[in-house]
Amino acid sequence: MNRLADALAPLGLMLLLLGAWEAACRLTGVPAYFLPPPSQVAVAAATGLPVLVPAAWNTLSVALVALVLAAAGALLLAILVGLSPLLERAVRPLASALQVTPVVAVAPLILIWAGIDHPERAVIALAVLVAFFPIFSGAVTGLRSADPDLERLFDLYGAGRLQRVLRLRLPAALPFLMEGLKVGAGLAIIGAVVAEFAAGSGGVRGLAWQILDAGNKLQTDRMIAALVVLAVMGVAVHAALERLERAGLRWWRGR
Amino acid sequence: MTPATVALEEVEVDYRGRGRALGPLSLRIGDGEIVALVGPSGCGKSTALRLLAGLEPATRGVVQRAPGRGETSVVFQAPTLAPWMSAAANVALPLELSGTPKPEARARALEALERVGLAGAGASRPAQLSGGMAMRASLARALVTQPRLLMLDEPFAALDEITRRTLADDVLALWSQTRQAIVFVTHNVEEAAYMAERIVVLTRGPGRIAGEVRVEAPLPRPAGFRTWPVFTEAAEAISALLAKGAEAAP
Repeated sequence: MNRLADALAPLGLMLLLLGAWEAACRLTGVPAYFLPPPSQVAVAAATGLPVLVPAAWNTLSVALVALVLAAAGALLLAILVGLSPLLERAVRPLASALQVTPVVAVAPLILIWAGIDHPERAVIALAVLVAFFPIFSGAVTGLRSADPDLERLFDLYGAGRLQRVLRLRLPAALPFLMEGLKVGAGLAIIGAVVAEFAAGSGGVRGLAWQILDAGNKLQTDRMIAALVVLAVMGVAVHAALERLERAGLRWWRGR
Repeated sequence: MTPATVALEEVEVDYRGRGRALGPLSLRIGDGEIVALVGPSGCGKSTALRLLAGLEPATRGVVQRAPGRGETSVVFQAPTLAPWMSAAANVALPLELSGTPKPEARARALEALERVGLAGAGASRPAQLSGGMAMRASLARALVTQPRLLMLDEPFAALDEITRRTLADDVLALWSQTRQAIVFVTHNVEEAAYMAERIVVLTRGPGRIAGEVRVEAPLPRPAGFRTWPVFTEAAEAISALLAKGAEAAP
């Protein structure tokens, strides 16, 4: 009974809010270009589906490619940094500086460098830039998280650096890597959307471009429909990675 | 005197910012000898163990160690098994790290697990083992390289009384087959008197030797040994030395 209530509660709230929104639109007669009622958004979403689905795929594929590139780069750099404390001291300030610089501010520059002929590359590069740091700092922390006594055993048995990384530090880092990947995935989507905005009409025709395009034409219902698809996509990616993380951790802990 | 497996000569350890942690301390461990290091918390007994294992350098003095990989093994207070590996893989690790081919390492790991009473648990992950079983797996990992010196750092401290007594007897039974030297750290007076031939009592930190107690009785211990006068007298003597060591000015 309780579980049913738990499952229905968010659905109930959503229906309530949609109902209030619909009623408010009808009662106040607010113009549709300002705030269309949810019914009109639903119609826009349904008729726009042939456009919205490929657009969502464009954004999603950019985010996923960026996530894979960011994860591979971050892990590699984290391993190198883990092998050399000097390299870590060299990399840290640079990494922090890049991390706190807003991606929107960097976007125009990246668009000039990478994007004039290949705007999709610029969009991917920007998404990589955003997704990189949580994965990197998770990996650096994780590679240091091995049990100190296990590290001592590796000393005792004369393990080489590579053995230590492959057999101790990398597997010990797994929970941190999964967490970093989850955070990174969310940021990759944000990065892809921001980059699409920055790239404008010359860029990748993803969901952000749909929102821009509809906004320019004052088709508010289309804007909201694209926004809803974006939200659904984000939730789906997050849920998928959460499952992956849980399965990974179950394997890692051995139960 | 039997030849020493390891020895500390006038060794001192200083930690930056915290001053002297240990010493001056001289200690010889003979071949096949079982020695307990007993002392109050913070006296540096675990530091002494790490010095003997070569896991930490001495600030001053000479550390004479058993040469060669796998000659020295350590069991820590926690089982320290890697959760992502099976028990057998954990036990095989020391061999694999020193270049033993994997099939041979795994076969020897299963043998070692069998010797500590964990036959059939090779495929289990550490999380599936009880505290006592995990400690046995940790012991198997220490024994798999057939070390000349086995060091135990408060190995049973986290276990219940029944399990720790059983494990103490099992360690002594294993020792009677292999006769490697054993050094173990404990703050449990009875455990020290039960397991060791020689108990070295350290003063409070920085630890120096407060005195030694010998237990002249057969090893492994006969049934009911805890009621023997030699056991209770040894325990009394250790307690007295601990009390004396606690008063000693640093």
